[in-house]
Amino acid sequence: MRSVLNLRAAILSLLIFVLFVAIWHAATLPVEKAAGADPEYAKLLGGGKSSGLPTPAMIGRTIWTNLADPFYDRGPNDKGIGIQLAFSMARVGLGFLCAALVAIPLGFLIGMSPLIYRALNPFIQVLKPISPLAWMPLALYTIKDAAISSVFVIFICSVWPMLINTAYGVASVKRDWLNVAKTLEVGALRKAFRVILPAAAPTILTGMRISMGIAWLVIVAAEMLVGGTGIGYFVWNEWNNLSLTNVIFAILTIGIVGMLLDLVFGWLTRLVTYQE
Amino acid sequence: MSGFKNPYDCEVNLSACGCPAHAQETGHSELPDPVASSTDTESLNQRFIESALVRALLPQDDNRRRFIRAVGANTAMAAIASVFPIGALAAMAQDKAPLEKKELKIGFIPITCATPLIMAGPLHFYEQEGLKVTLNKTAGWALIRDKMLNKEHDASHFLSPMPLAISLGLGSVAQPMNVATIQNVNGQAITLANKHKDKRDPKQWKGMTFAVPFDYSMHNFLLRYYVAEHGLDPDKDIQIRVTPPPEMVANLRAGNVDGFLGPDPFNQRAVYDEIGFIHILSKELWDGHPCCAFGLSGEFIRENPNSFAALYRAVLNAAAMARDPKHRALIASVIAPANYLNQPVPVLEQVLTGKFADGLGNIKTVSDRIDFDPFPWQSMAVWMLTQMKRWGYIKGDVNYKQIAEQVFLATDAKKRMAELNQKAPAATYAKFKVMGKEFDPAKADAYLASFTIKKAA
Repeated sequence: MRSVLNLRAAILSLLIFVLFVAIWHAATLPVEKAAGADPEYAKLLGGGKSSGLPTPAMIGRTIWTNLADPFYDRGPNDKGIGIQLAFSMARVGLGFLCAALVAIPLGFLIGMSPLIYRALNPFIQVLKPISPLAWMPLALYTIKDAAISSVFVIFICSVWPMLINTAYGVASVKRDWLNVAKTLEVGALRKAFRVILPAAAPTILTGMRISMGIAWLVIVAAEMLVGGTGIGYFVWNEWNNLSLTNVIFAILTIGIVGMLLDLVFGWLTRLVTYQE
Repeated sequence: MSGFKNPYDCEVNLSACGCPAHAQETGHSELPDPVASSTDTESLNQRFIESALVRALLPQDDNRRRFIRAVGANTAMAAIASVFPIGALAAMAQDKAPLEKKELKIGFIPITCATPLIMAGPLHFYEQEGLKVTLNKTAGWALIRDKMLNKEHDASHFLSPMPLAISLGLGSVAQPMNVATIQNVNGQAITLANKHKDKRDPKQWKGMTFAVPFDYSMHNFLLRYYVAEHGLDPDKDIQIRVTPPPEMVANLRAGNVDGFLGPDPFNQRAVYDEIGFIHILSKELWDGHPCCAFGLSGEFIRENPNSFAALYRAVLNAAAMARDPKHRALIASVIAPANYLNQPVPVLEQVLTGKFADGLGNIKTVSDRIDFDPFPWQSMAVWMLTQMKRWGYIKGDVNYKQIAEQVFLATDAKKRMAELNQKAPAATYAKFKVMGKEFDPAKADAYLASFTIKKAA
């Protein structure tokens, strides 16, 4: 029954996709322009080649040329999509890791101590809603390094969901379990690792999943601002050239990588989920 | 103006560099290399230089084919040999002092203004001076400023008023910054969206929105000057918005701005994509106006005098090659790839050769639409300061000459140009005309007082 439903869903997805491409193709069919008066003048113009939305066939060609050689390196400002993605992933990974190292222990502390929770809460509430990119000018000024600044921006945007979820997960561990631990006279450290951590793990991982989603959103914007390398820089560089085909290709790539990252965290969450 | 310290104060220099650890550090790490490099450089024979040039000019197969078809390899070699005194180069290599720093990072904005410093990379002008330069494409002028202040870049493409503003601490912390050479003169334009084809008189521009690349840019000053001459107050009657050059065309298409006074290739790109038309070239406002500059921090110059001289030579040589009209088509194809400007070659060719479509159905030929006169006239700096004061960017009294002479290294430029047998002017100040009105650098305050439209000071 379930597999039949899956199959039907897949067929429907495919149909939607084909319909989308067909409408797209129809909408972007080249319009025959009235022949220009002066052919010599027309030669100096782009002939509408680069303006207007690209056709699906053009996108297909762009995807192919980009994927055929993903790791080329023609100087500091022109690298293949694979290298750009690697730069972005490295920044996200580093910022995310730092955020996890700060947020999870701090979240534990906040979740276990109502006093610290109340003391830190106002700061968290003020800092949480700040758009991470708003930190960029300050980061550039204080850190004095564009590459580290973008890592910092990833750090600051991914720290909050992890912190809040960890605190929430730790705070909502069942009283009964803590009481059992108390009756058995379990040490504090042991209690943290053997009782609270497994109990809060699904919530913590959900927080990490949200953080990773946000980090991947933010890195594109940060790299468009700072430039140099990364998938965001790729988008910016192709925007300079008003090359919509490459921009659309980059958008697709960003979407697919984001989906893969989310899948990984979804799978990790399932690993630690328990049935009561 | 208290933050403005004299970067050439000997006392300061000596005490800063006299620190033994510091001297050791920079000295030691670089010591073994100069020997190796000098023998290297000496052994640079003609063949090596030529082959390096060919490699540089034709890095990719499709480029090579296209290029050979267009000019023919021999023509190109002859053209290059005419600018490179290859024999003199070998002689010069022998009395080159050891370079303090060889691996340099230079920032640039992808516009044709930066042609000399960009082409110096792929055409190996830097390499000939023993420098290994990484050209970093940068996302906007604010970032260019921050990366220079943070020392992430050793030298940079600047808008020529920027080093003045940075040295004065306008819009940033004050840090001595210098203009070594002007990169380009002319080469900008006012582009309007196609829907404004009937609004050719600036008096009709009331309420329109214009983009300029940066507050401290010739673009901003020229646009303000232009509309003010036509009776509009740029602070009240039009809106001026700072937009990074690459985003100007996209904004023009989206209708966010009605026009822009921006750098090429984006004026031509707007025509190429049939989004806008060229209303007026900046050359028609002030023929020979400076635009972008090649700049370094006072600190870098102090600590790396030999590397500075080498960079200077490389950029001046590149500018000399770029000035020659017969190299322009070739240069267009060298700087077009994604690593540099990332623009279609036909657009760059129209900008650099001066034969272009204006977006109104005419083909125009203006051979000096852009030129690459490198000399940093101090009178130009004085003019910029008068405009900065006119529009309220600087408040209070300004010692025009002192600032101009500290920031614009005209004396250094003269010396370096003489070394390379390039013609440098004898004076560092000159009178010139902006929209028909004469500017005398000796009477800057009187000039400023003569304008009726300005921000109340």
